Parts: sequence; C-alpha cells; structure tokens
Amino acid sequence: MKKETWKELPIGTVNTQAGNSVVNLTGTWRSGRRPEFIEKNCIQCFFCWVYCPHFAIMVKDGKVTGINYDYCTGCGLCAEECPTKEKAIVMVAEEIKLAAGRKQ
Amino acid sequence: MKTTKILNGNQTIAEAVRQIDPDVIAAYPITPSTAIVETIASFRADGLITGEFVCPESEHSAMSVCIGAASAGGRVMTATCSQGLALMWEMLYIAAGLRLPIVASIVNRALSAPINIHGDHSDTMGARDTGWIQIYSENCQEAYDNFIQAFRIGEHPDVLTPVMVGFDGFIISHSAEVVELEEDAAVKKFIGDFKPPFPLLDTSRKFTVGPIDFTDYYFEHKRSQIEGIENSPPVIEEVGKEFGKTFGRPYGFFEEYKMDDAELAIVVMSSAAGTCKDAVDELRSEGKRIGLLKPRVFRPFPHLKIAEALKKMKAVAVLDRSSAPGAFGAPLFTEIRSALYDYEKRPKLVNYVYGLGGRDIKVEHFKDVAGKLERIADSGKVDELLGYINLRE
Ligand code: SF4
Ligand code: SF4
Repeated sequence: MKKETWKELPIGTVNTQAGNSVVNLTGTWRSGRRPEFIEKNCIQCFFCWVYCPHFAIMVKDGKVTGINYDYCTGCGLCAEECPTKEKAIVMVAEEIKLAAGRKQ
Repeated sequence: MKTTKILNGNQTIAEAVRQIDPDVIAAYPITPSTAIVETIASFRADGLITGEFVCPESEHSAMSVCIGAASAGGRVMTATCSQGLALMWEMLYIAAGLRLPIVASIVNRALSAPINIHGDHSDTMGARDTGWIQIYSENCQEAYDNFIQAFRIGEHPDVLTPVMVGFDGFIISHSAEVVELEEDAAVKKFIGDFKPPFPLLDTSRKFTVGPIDFTDYYFEHKRSQIEGIENSPPVIEEVGKEFGKTFGRPYGFFEEYKMDDAELAIVVMSSAAGTCKDAVDELRSEGKRIGLLKPRVFRPFPHLKIAEALKKMKAVAVLDRSSAPGAFGAPLFTEIRSALYDYEKRPKLVNYVYGLGGRDIKVEHFKDVAGKLERIADSGKVDELLGYINLRE
C-alpha cells in the first residue's frame, strides 16, 4: 500500500478512511498466546462476544463460531469470562502464522 | 463607537471575551488570572454571553474540554497561568497536534518551587515548544488587542494552530490602566466566523480524529503540524495591519523604540518594555544612542526580521524574565544569538535574567545595563555572557 507524504495527509491527524481496519489487521500485534474455541463446551451465552474489545468473536446465524485471528490481540478476556465448567475458550501457545516471515 | 475605560488586565480580557462570546469557555481559576474566570462566569450568569462556560476540576481537564469542544467545531478559549498551564502540559501538545485553534489567555506567573504568585515568563517559556503560537503583551491595551487578533490568526485556514496570549501577572493583570474598547459589533465583525475543516458534529462525513500513529505515520503528521505555525507569519502580519486599519493600532512581530540611529539596543518583552522606554528616553537625553526592541511574537520566532533589526548594533543586551538552567542563555537570548549567526558583522550580545518571581526592574537597572553595553561596545568583549539584574549577590 502506498503511504501518503506529509503534504497529502488531511490536517490534524484526521483519518478520512472510515473502516480502514479492513486493511489494518490489528491481530498481527498478537504475541505469545491466542484463544482457541472448543465448540462442544460452548453454551452460547455470548459473554466472550460482549467482552472482546476487538470484535474478534465470530458469529454466524446467531451462534458463536470461533475467533477471527486477523483482529484478535490475544488479550485473554474471552477465555477469562467464559463461564462453562469445561472452558469453551482456552488460551494456547501461538502457532499460527501472523505476518509474513513471522512464526512462533 | 469606541469606549474608554479604566480596567486592569484581567477585566480587559474578560471584556474581550464578552465581545467575542466564544462557543465554549473552559477554565479553572488560578491566581493571578482568577478574575478573568470569575468575570466570565458572572457574564454567563447575567446572560451577557451565550457560550457554554465549563469549570472542570483542574486545568488539565479544562484544556481537555477545550480540545473536545474545538474538535466538535466550536470557537473555544481558556484562561490560566503558571501551575495551571503546567498542569495542562500534555493537552497543550494534543491541541496543537490536532490543529485546534484554541485561544488561551495566560497571565504570566512564576513556577514553583518555591511557590510564588507573581509575574515572570517561566510558565509560557516552558511551553514554547508545545506547538502553540505565543504572543506577549506590554500592557492592558495590547493584551486586549492581541487577544482579539489571536482568534483571527489561529483560525486562519492555513494556520489552524492554538494561540496563547501572555501578559505579566499583577503588574498588568491587577493594575488599572486606560483601555480603549472597540464596539462589540466591530470586534465580532473583525473576527468573523470560524469554519473548522473537520468538525465532529458534521455527521454527513465519515472521519476519525486523533487515532494512533506508528513509526510509519507519526513523523509525517508531525511535519504536517509544523506547517501550520510556519504558515502563520504572513497571517500574523496581515491581521496586525488590518487591526491597525480598522481600530487605529497596528501590530507587527516586534516594536522598535528609538532604534533608527541606535548603536546599542536592549531587547525585552512584556511589561518591562514600558519601563525600558523611560530609561531609553533618559539615556537619549544624555546623548546615548540606545534603543529598545520589544518582541511581541515569540512563536513563530521572527528570526530573520529580528536579526535584520539588530545586525548593525554594536552591542545588544537581551533580557529574559525566565531562566533556562543548564543552557548557555535564557530562551529569548539563545534564539536571538542564533538568529544573528549567519551575519559576518554582528553585534556583541549579552544576556540578563531579571524579574523572576515578580522582582522589580526599574529605570536605574536599565541604565546599568546601558552602561555595561557601552563598555562592551568599547572593548569589543563580553566578560560574562549571562548576568542577573537586581539580585542580591
Ligand atoms: S483474546 Fe481478546 S481479542 Fe482475542 S478473541 Fe479473546 S477477547 Fe477478543
Ligand atoms: S463465553 Fe464461552 S460459553 Fe459463552 S459464548 Fe463464549 S465461548 Fe461460548
């Protein structure tokens, strides 16, 4: 992506590209741990969805279906708040490829 | 019609605020500028102004309210001094970085410790690199005139930069002088409307203000911010001229007093310049070729113009009402000395710190400085680069 020169930027730190998180994958900051969704333990209480600060809990047809790792920062709130006895979200060591050339 | 009134500095600024009637005023009272905030509050209670008056729990919050209100698209101001300005610190940078033309009236006062409520320039000099435009006033009239012009300068579309207007604590804030007030309508007309480029209350456009920048954008945004204040000199000049045409009192970057054939010059800002004029008059009657240069605009620093005005002098004393511990001179001095660097033939320069914590500076002190300047001019030598005036040694 071509980055603007200082003369091309709108005044005063204004960002006119609404919704630019489509291209800015904030999940690439994640390091160390990531949440893992275990569907069979899930009671669909939506606590994880409410608490996730990055809207990274994926929902389809009214049901939690997993985690969007493009935006999940690995904060662990969802796993902490998941109320089931056998947790439906657990934090595991990071394994997936984050950004080009980076793997743990 | 103009009205002539007897007002002190604080009352003068309050009158200007009443005439301008900004959309939002957010301020916290602090000596010696408390009367500005109190008077604005009573104006609001009496229905003399329509703008929102917000008195939050601290100056940090006052500047935060200003930033929010200005981001929304309002014409916004605050008033503070000393510790209050210091408490606004991080928000000052944010106001400048977001390019919000907030206007702040600053009654210049010393900073603790030791605690002191009297006038010096430590507060605004400490804020000299926050990105704000800084204008200093000699007396009540100049405070009024500068405060009105500040809105026009800061809100100019090429500038969009916050402006602080200073005048000396107690010496001006609490001393009554004859002040010419312009007609309310004339002041409003001079200032005109503020058209913010990205008001958050405009919901027809999608944008966000002040998101995080990483290593890939912060530098570009900072460079873009610098452009605002770099664009301001022609605007300051134009507004000063137009103010003169409209109200009969023109303004430039600095005032020159008896500088035409001067060989020696004293540079001093704000109220002490008034005393210095008396000293210059007395010295002139004794046949000394001495003049005064009184800077008005400190940020942006008019380095080329000041250097041109001083380059032919034999010796120049720069008087600072603040100190810069550990630097080789106080703020005004280092700027001016650096401004003269490119001239092959340049005056000898000496720096004097005076008036910290409100310590008096009198005609006799300026005459002492003139004596020292004569010796420097004769010998071509500056024995002590930095001295102190009226300090018990
Ligand atoms: S770890 Fe944090 S960011 Fe990731 S899905 Fe859970 S709550 Fe959201
Ligand atoms: S908090 Fe746990 S149980 Fe509730 S919806 Fe999320 S994953 Fe399922």
